[in-house]
Amino acid sequence: MSFEVSIQHRVGERAINLAFVSEERLTALVGPSGVGKTTVLNCIAGLARPQRGRIAVAGEALFDTGLGLDLAPERRGAGYVFQDARLFPHLRVDANLRYGERLAQSGRRWIGHADVVEFLGIGHLLGRWPATLSGGETRRVAIGRALLSAPRFLLLDEPFASLDAERAEALMTLVERIRDELAIPILLVSHDRGEVDRLAGRVVTLR
Amino acid sequence: MPDEWSVVALSLRVSLLAVALTLPLAYALAWLLARRRFPGAILLDALVHLPLVVPPVVTGWLLLVLFGRTGPIGAWLEAQFGIVLVFRWTGAALAAAVMALPLMVRAMRLSIEAVDRRLVEAARTLGARPWRAFATITLPLSLPGIAAGAMLGFARSLGEFGATITFASNIAGETRTLPLAIYSGLQLPGAEAQVARLSVISIVLSIGALVISELLVRRAGGRRAHVL
Repeated sequence: MSFEVSIQHRVGERAINLAFVSEERLTALVGPSGVGKTTVLNCIAGLARPQRGRIAVAGEALFDTGLGLDLAPERRGAGYVFQDARLFPHLRVDANLRYGERLAQSGRRWIGHADVVEFLGIGHLLGRWPATLSGGETRRVAIGRALLSAPRFLLLDEPFASLDAERAEALMTLVERIRDELAIPILLVSHDRGEVDRLAGRVVTLR
Repeated sequence: MPDEWSVVALSLRVSLLAVALTLPLAYALAWLLARRRFPGAILLDALVHLPLVVPPVVTGWLLLVLFGRTGPIGAWLEAQFGIVLVFRWTGAALAAAVMALPLMVRAMRLSIEAVDRRLVEAARTLGARPWRAFATITLPLSLPGIAAGAMLGFARSLGEFGATITFASNIAGETRTLPLAIYSGLQLPGAEAQVARLSVISIVLSIGALVISELLVRRAGGRRAHVL
């Protein structure tokens, strides 16, 4: 199975209760804004800790309060593409791409630097500073950085938000290719019904 | 004239050692205060700022009590390593270091707080252990603050008077730094010209260090504006 999530999490006044199992390659997490979709991604990536529950991805348990299991973020193998990209401002694009690549065990790498650069069409950006990139370029570099860290699964947080229609379309085609050609489980957070219907095999709604 | 240059050389030596001594400690304290919530954080913060608010003479007296030859730390240092600090230039450096610490911690803490925590989180998801995430993200991004803090500490050390004269005394060629030499000159008839020269040198060195510090802070601010 791709994702197995069953968590109870409380942030301030807001409580998140979510349980789902998905066998699909691409699972969409939808729900009204402010309901805690990003928090769910943070829980899966190990950046937030639910009060109770279990999280397993691709058959490996990452978090389980029953077992006292809580893997550190660096050991979870999440390829997390943040909504705000979070490229490292003091590193050029190429060094951003190589950041996770250098840290990944060579045996777990399943895609090379040259392949990612070609796949995403970012060869002309390698020498640039993140601050000089457009929104679409920033997203593509962030996706490339995540792919190169030898992730076992991808977490995409609103990857098409605030892009113009043309850029969004190009990036959606790209996500389709990642889904079909690279075959790692993907969890996509989105509030756009059209995106979700087109990309996801399974839709989970957070209320 | 050679007299004055030896005073300047001694002052630079004392201030450089003071900053070198304080730099790692100040950064560690700044990081703790900026990034960790722990019991006693407020107390530690107050302790760090103590030299800023207590009369320097009192700080010097506390150093005498602790680091004097019969003080608990001073006696231990002498027994273990044969190190004596009182009445030595190294003691003047210690006094300057303690006085510079709060200013350095403040500058560095601001720069660490300005490093977006979410970048550190991103580094963790990419496979970096906490220590590596610190070394590759927090440290380089707070570098301008480290440099600014060092410059500020250097300027503060150059001007240190009260704690130095109390702890290390005013010994020509050993602990008589610029401010102490100016003070001594004022006690002597006919040393007005020397006092004026030393004062001008002091002003030039301090303004230089402050200008460099300010430039570094501005550069850091400019870079942060680009962070997504």
